Amino acid sequence: MLLLCGTAQMADLIDILVVGAGPAGGNAALAAARHGKHVVLLDEQVKPGGQIWRAKDSSILSAPQTPEGSAGDALRAQITKAQIDHRGSTRIWQIERQSEGWDVHVLRDGQVERLTTKTLVLATGAHEFVQPIPGWTKPGVFGLAGATALFKQNLSPPGQRTIVSGTGPLVFFVASEIRRLGGTVAAVVTPNTRRDWVSKLPALARRVDLALRGALWIAHIMMNRVPIFWGCSVVSVEGVARVEGAEIQKLDANWAPKGETWSIDADSLCLGHGLIPSIEAPQLSGITISYRSDLGGWVPDIGQDGATSVEGVFLCGDGAGIRGATAAELHGTLAGLSAAEHLGARTAKERATLRPRFNRAARFGLAMTALSTPRPGFAMLTKPDTIVCRCESLTQTRISQEVEVGAASSNAVKSGLRAGMGPCGGKYCQTAIARFIALHENRPEAEIPPSAPRPPLRPVPMSALSANFDYDDLPIPKPAPL
Amino acid sequence: MIRLAPDQSAQIRRTEKVEFTFDGTAIWGHAGESLAAALIRSGRLHLRDAPEDADPRGAFCLMGLCQECLVVLEGQTVESCRIELQPGLDVTSLRYGADG
Repeated sequence: MLLLCGTAQMADLIDILVVGAGPAGGNAALAAARHGKHVVLLDEQVKPGGQIWRAKDSSILSAPQTPEGSAGDALRAQITKAQIDHRGSTRIWQIERQSEGWDVHVLRDGQVERLTTKTLVLATGAHEFVQPIPGWTKPGVFGLAGATALFKQNLSPPGQRTIVSGTGPLVFFVASEIRRLGGTVAAVVTPNTRRDWVSKLPALARRVDLALRGALWIAHIMMNRVPIFWGCSVVSVEGVARVEGAEIQKLDANWAPKGETWSIDADSLCLGHGLIPSIEAPQLSGITISYRSDLGGWVPDIGQDGATSVEGVFLCGDGAGIRGATAAELHGTLAGLSAAEHLGARTAKERATLRPRFNRAARFGLAMTALSTPRPGFAMLTKPDTIVCRCESLTQTRISQEVEVGAASSNAVKSGLRAGMGPCGGKYCQTAIARFIALHENRPEAEIPPSAPRPPLRPVPMSALSANFDYDDLPIPKPAPL
Repeated sequence: MIRLAPDQSAQIRRTEKVEFTFDGTAIWGHAGESLAAALIRSGRLHLRDAPEDADPRGAFCLMGLCQECLVVLEGQTVESCRIELQPGLDVTSLRYGADG
């Protein structure tokens, strides 16, 4: 660290640094720039758009347009037109408070760099929750949201014959996209029942455009005689060193597996059970968190228009609670305006007119989150010998042994077993472990917070840290005269 | 067969096919696509072994979080979902057992 601090370039002071260039972060940057602020927009991907509006890569010369593609292109065009300083392929790995504001340490092209900003807008989005099931580590199993990255960026299906299993509307989008891109869907499997969907009709009626699109996906799947198994889940993956099929089972009302199982052949499986807000960066900047099952789990505490209890830090989008893309755009604008207001702009009137639109969009998004979030019995899909922590190959049995000897928190399991200390930083095991502890100890999930995040937030190669190190800079005393 | 959402795969125009190698075998992909996408299309799904138990692994999250799609390129361990395919890349799978 000493080396780093000593040699990092002296950066210009930025007014507003926006982290994440999806619907929320992109619109936050645009709103702040409209008020004349010096904005820098950082993002892990090459181009703005986030996961939902991920851009096509350079291998695609032309392709039929999609609604996600159009929305992303519109955002990208606005960001270009507004001449916002967008820095793609950039990962943040540490945030530190300093006298003028915040130091944000980033990794770009294998080099580390430090940026200094007066205010921060964190729009870090979400990552996927996948309930661990036997065989889910086999090559050929993809996250349901992960598969959409392959569709949007590469316009490729995940295999020749794919089973699509998961919660909420995403499962139907993925199945429809696989067919659009020339793949075959072996089956659609969803824990939701038709009755679950009917219960959301009031919310769907508020967004007829999106509801119709969803209905089209489902009609398309049904008319092509792709089986849809409602109230079911893929419960194990078959195959030796890759997916060869999957076992499906009916679920009870609490989503615990119940009754007979049957198998379907496939060479790939898309599996996903809702989104989890990515809260590590807000946590690192000192924002407290609360459990909100309606928002997808643990979320940072925020006030109106993205304000937080930490001065100069604003949050927006799915990273502040899973409300969906339309709400994220409006939330981003609100947070960008709040950040500009913090630096002297007058934005109260504009925010007041946007707020009701944000609230309306959020109601629809929250109805979809409710469909996507697993019920408690779903944790029973994980069997004793199922790998829960992919990085360290830790099974449920190893974790339950640790819980039985008293590890009653995510932190205790992490320090005892290294679950969550691997290269993924716990993104694919922490929630499953917390839900397991909750089930095992008969406590609410709200009593088992995620373990405290530690930098680096993303893996930083040693070569990047040592790249700033030059032997000539070492203060070597002159040899003593002979 | 009724197609409300038509198969559009034939309407997608891509860059020319280029060759690269994976564990010594020649494979083609499209220049500029992600290495992970090219490997998935070619059916090469097993990209690495888990360090603890040699469990076979492959691309999973496709968004740079899970670190399951790691491969070796020019002596560096890289996420294949974040590498742009160029002709002539020499890629090997990450097998801890084989490398000792």
